[in-house]
Amino acid sequence: MLKKIRVAVSVLVFGLLSFYFMDFAGILPSEFHVLGHIQFIPAWLSRNIAVMLGLVACTMLFGRVYCSSICPMGMFQDVANRCSKSKKFAYRKNNLVLRWSILAAFLILFHLGFAVIIGIFDPYSAYGRIAVHIFKPIYMFANNILAFVFNHFGNYAFYQTEIAILSISSFCIALFTFIFIGVLALAKGRLYCNTICPVGTVLGFMNKFSLFKIQIDSDKCVSCGICAKKCKASCIDARAKTVDYSRCVNCFNCINSCNKKGISFSMNKNKLEVDKSKRRFLLSGLTIAAAAPAVFAQTKAELQNRKNAISPPGAVSAERLLKHCTSCHLCISKCPSKVLKPAFMEYGIGGMMQPVMYFEKGFCNFDCTLCTDVCPNNALTSLTMEQKHRLQVGRVVFKPDICVVHTKGTSCGACSEHCPTQAVKMIPYKNGLTIPFIDTDICVGCGGCEFICPVRPHRAIYVEGNRVHKQAKAFDVEKKDEKEITDFGF
Amino acid sequence: MDRRDFLKSLAIAGTAFTLKMKGGMDVFAQTMENALPTDLVAVMGGEPDAMFKKAIEEMGGMGRYVKRGQKVVVKPNIGWDKVPELAANTNPILVKEIIKQCLAAGAKEVVVFDNTCDDWKKCYANSGIEAAAKAAGAKILPADNKSYYSDVSLPQGKKLKSMQVHKAILDCDVWINVPILKHHGGANMSIAMKNLMGIIWNRRIFHISDLQQCIADVCTLEKKPILNVVDAYRVLKANGPRGRSQEDVVTSKALFISQDMVAVDTAATKFFNQIQAMPLDDVKYLSHGQALKIGTMDIDNLNVKRIKM
Repeated sequence: MLKKIRVAVSVLVFGLLSFYFMDFAGILPSEFHVLGHIQFIPAWLSRNIAVMLGLVACTMLFGRVYCSSICPMGMFQDVANRCSKSKKFAYRKNNLVLRWSILAAFLILFHLGFAVIIGIFDPYSAYGRIAVHIFKPIYMFANNILAFVFNHFGNYAFYQTEIAILSISSFCIALFTFIFIGVLALAKGRLYCNTICPVGTVLGFMNKFSLFKIQIDSDKCVSCGICAKKCKASCIDARAKTVDYSRCVNCFNCINSCNKKGISFSMNKNKLEVDKSKRRFLLSGLTIAAAAPAVFAQTKAELQNRKNAISPPGAVSAERLLKHCTSCHLCISKCPSKVLKPAFMEYGIGGMMQPVMYFEKGFCNFDCTLCTDVCPNNALTSLTMEQKHRLQVGRVVFKPDICVVHTKGTSCGACSEHCPTQAVKMIPYKNGLTIPFIDTDICVGCGGCEFICPVRPHRAIYVEGNRVHKQAKAFDVEKKDEKEITDFGF
Repeated sequence: MDRRDFLKSLAIAGTAFTLKMKGGMDVFAQTMENALPTDLVAVMGGEPDAMFKKAIEEMGGMGRYVKRGQKVVVKPNIGWDKVPELAANTNPILVKEIIKQCLAAGAKEVVVFDNTCDDWKKCYANSGIEAAAKAAGAKILPADNKSYYSDVSLPQGKKLKSMQVHKAILDCDVWINVPILKHHGGANMSIAMKNLMGIIWNRRIFHISDLQQCIADVCTLEKKPILNVVDAYRVLKANGPRGRSQEDVVTSKALFISQDMVAVDTAATKFFNQIQAMPLDDVKYLSHGQALKIGTMDIDNLNVKRIKM
């Protein structure tokens, strides 16, 4: 029964979250972003106290429910393991030193500004990238085949959509994660969760104190070892009749496997033994992490046009993004205007994979706040429409000497056409032509001008990022002269 | 098939081919046009659908343009993620009325699309056109992927020798161009001729190689719209084609209709000139279009019907 509930919840959460990541057509309403908001590291980074308390309470009561039924990477491993032919496990010793060392290293590196590290190993974000960079293109490809067939017969319920690899580095990291964790899960079940995963280590620690636990009735147990073979966390020592709770993910597979009905999920009766040296190690690790100054200077790659990369709306600054974003790429997947892509070196090596704005495929919609709504980490702080309309992520730069109006003496105005505030306005030039005139104070940095500018290789107009986002001035509204038009004029 | 049948069909095909290549069909079209009471109808003072009903009646009724069993494309301007009140897109009420009349005239299918500037799904939804078109019984088509376009050569084009045109236009029997009258920062005016940029995929080339000439060039497309219906119910008088705020919009309650793109654009520009100064010389694609024999700017010598409601 418990197992059935676990499987049902897992399938629901995993299915919906995976589909939400891949759903380019917006079939699921954007409210489904709560599935991201209830994830452990995003809740921690966004200081989402309610979710954190909920997850901790859940763990203290029922154990690692998070790892079993909420974390998409956990479920991904279960799916991978199901594909394996031999589903037999064996008890393995716990490698506590390795687990805590990895956790300490994460925290230290994160504090030093290498958000990329936590981004790579946070199970939710790592799965998010797999979904965005591997599953989504496959889903889109399948859609395009369907669209091709349907469109051929005049049905447009499906439509063609462009598939592109947004960033080679992020794609490679996602592919590597997919293969690495997938193969690990195929052979060894939840080894990733119980060795590398920082969330697994923390929740495993808490699990020791949880109220309800998997318990082996030593009177009934005959040490046959069937449960240990079923344990995907390899945490049941049948000979000693013990369970290593730091690794048990509460999958309940063992309960059903026991012929003697010797395993139950029940209230904890045993007292916990405390290992002092482990505590000391943990404490010193945490101290180092907290006290370590950001000594590594960030190296910035020189950008073709921009001196400063443009961080997405709500990021406030690249520095703030670095401290909050784990690169789950939900914003990138959801952006309807395709203006977000994973950074390579734009923010320095520490910010690799974090979302950066670029205007090759589109420009930021003036009336859209979707990325700030979906971000589970609050790395993109939520914006109201009024705030978004005045948010300046960058400022327009115009190079009149390479503008086509100047070089060719022909009309263009594509930039002004796309400008929502008319920070780029066409003013009279010569021979009835108009040329852009810019007012950077009212510019919001949406990139409409840069996106559409036809001049190559360098564009005549582009956006220079603001290191810290600013508020744009409100544009002056011309007084409306309600002149009654009563005639045709011809 | 015996030899006689073969020769017969060969002769028929040959004749049809000759007529098509030499623009022989224009002769038939011409006779139809000659029978028309008017070249251009201008209506003022009504609601978008009422003005259209009046105008199409003056143009001889929809049945003159749309025949039973035909596939029709209605091509509004849906360029921006804006609500109808901001006058960046064609009025949905007008689009709906046109679709209804096409279907009433016996059209087998009516298709609506535009290659938008903002995200197409947002544009289709927020412009109100998707809902209006579906309610009237039309089909909405996507246009944001290159696979929906085919290469077409433009032998008469001066700067533009070929372009990629949406297949819906190439596959339909007739199409109706339904632009909105707008100020345009680059081209100065956006009306019927400019609206053809929405059936094209590779339009960035336009801006780099003389926008005004390219707009005229694209209108040399062999398959011209059977009707051009200019929505001037709400007019974007400044900061076009996108517009910034409600202050840019003038509710002028007008509509122009003609088979001649250059003529209808000339008339609409003159109308716009009353709101905001816009000399015809500044809208260079008009004279370029006339030079390419797409239509005439000499609307004084056309049979123009003016109606005030």
